[in-house]
Amino acid sequence: MAKVLVVTSGKGGVGKTTSTAALGAALAQTGQNVVVVDFDVGLRNLDLVMGAERRVVYDLINVIQGEAKLSQALIRDKRVETLSILPASQTRDKDALTAEGVDKVIGELREKFDWIICDSPAGIERGAQLAMYHADYAVVVTNPEVSSVRDSDRIIGMLDSTTAKAKSGGKVEKYLLVTRYDPGRAARGEMLRTEDVLEILSIPLLGIIPESEEVLRASNLGSPVTISSPQSPPARAYFEAARRLEGEKIDVTVPTERSGLFGWLFKGRS
Amino acid sequence: MGLLDTLFGRSRSSAPVARDRLQILLAHERAGTDGQESELLNTLHSEILEVIKRHIPVDQDKVQIKVDRGTSVSMLEIDIEVPALEKKKLREVR
Repeated sequence: MAKVLVVTSGKGGVGKTTSTAALGAALAQTGQNVVVVDFDVGLRNLDLVMGAERRVVYDLINVIQGEAKLSQALIRDKRVETLSILPASQTRDKDALTAEGVDKVIGELREKFDWIICDSPAGIERGAQLAMYHADYAVVVTNPEVSSVRDSDRIIGMLDSTTAKAKSGGKVEKYLLVTRYDPGRAARGEMLRTEDVLEILSIPLLGIIPESEEVLRASNLGSPVTISSPQSPPARAYFEAARRLEGEKIDVTVPTERSGLFGWLFKGRS
Repeated sequence: MGLLDTLFGRSRSSAPVARDRLQILLAHERAGTDGQESELLNTLHSEILEVIKRHIPVDQDKVQIKVDRGTSVSMLEIDIEVPALEKKKLREVR
């Protein structure tokens, strides 16, 4: 059965789009059918990070408004054949995104794919609400920094109250993904420790992605880091996170100053 | 001492401060977003203020009410800051 996952955060610039691309590509490389959906209408970027910016013909809004079929708007990734992207509209107003429209598109995607990964826009407005509405799972992307943690707390509250799952008495399965983690600064007490963030937000840990030039390099190249440099520390962390999403119980590797390869083990909460 | 702190990185240890500030702030914000709780707090706030105002002039912002929900014990904290009363005035209100 198809699983709908929202990648969300509240705060902008913490790595939602990068994480959507990297997790999507990691899951697709295990042979599952994955679609990544950009919900940031007016400020789309998932197409760019995925290297599909010149292949966009139709978008999510065209499908919602009946101007194109879903199959016309889906772009198949050239490197991983089980990975597709549904871009957002760059020109339309964000009001073009309607609850009924999103409902219909997610329904259709559920028939075609194993994983539907929704890249949420920043903020707590309608775009973010619609991106999380149908979610079965949520990845809350958080930087170890006060404003990001505060916004994540707000988003967790919304996941527990304004989603379809919450309204039917269920629960969205929420996971914390710490990104831009700098082991050196954390060791020197200059950066919130993952344990602190976990204690404050109290949702289980999906992974810790170290700050790395490989992530910037990947977006420069238009390739998810899990495709462009699969052996790099951030890519390994994303692969681990993807396995955890699949239900595997593996310990979270905490990146260390020595490039994260000699990570000591840290038990994730569940 | 300043040099030692710099050498051992003690003075740069700002993460614990960040953690403590967040814990206090979020405890407050979570209480505020819970519909029922926030309604109760608003009612308490206006009624307590009303009673105090009958006797002492007090600023609306100087009445702080907080609920800390614990597993076994919950605490209702009411913090009222009153202006320094002159003796004469105090006698009047009495």
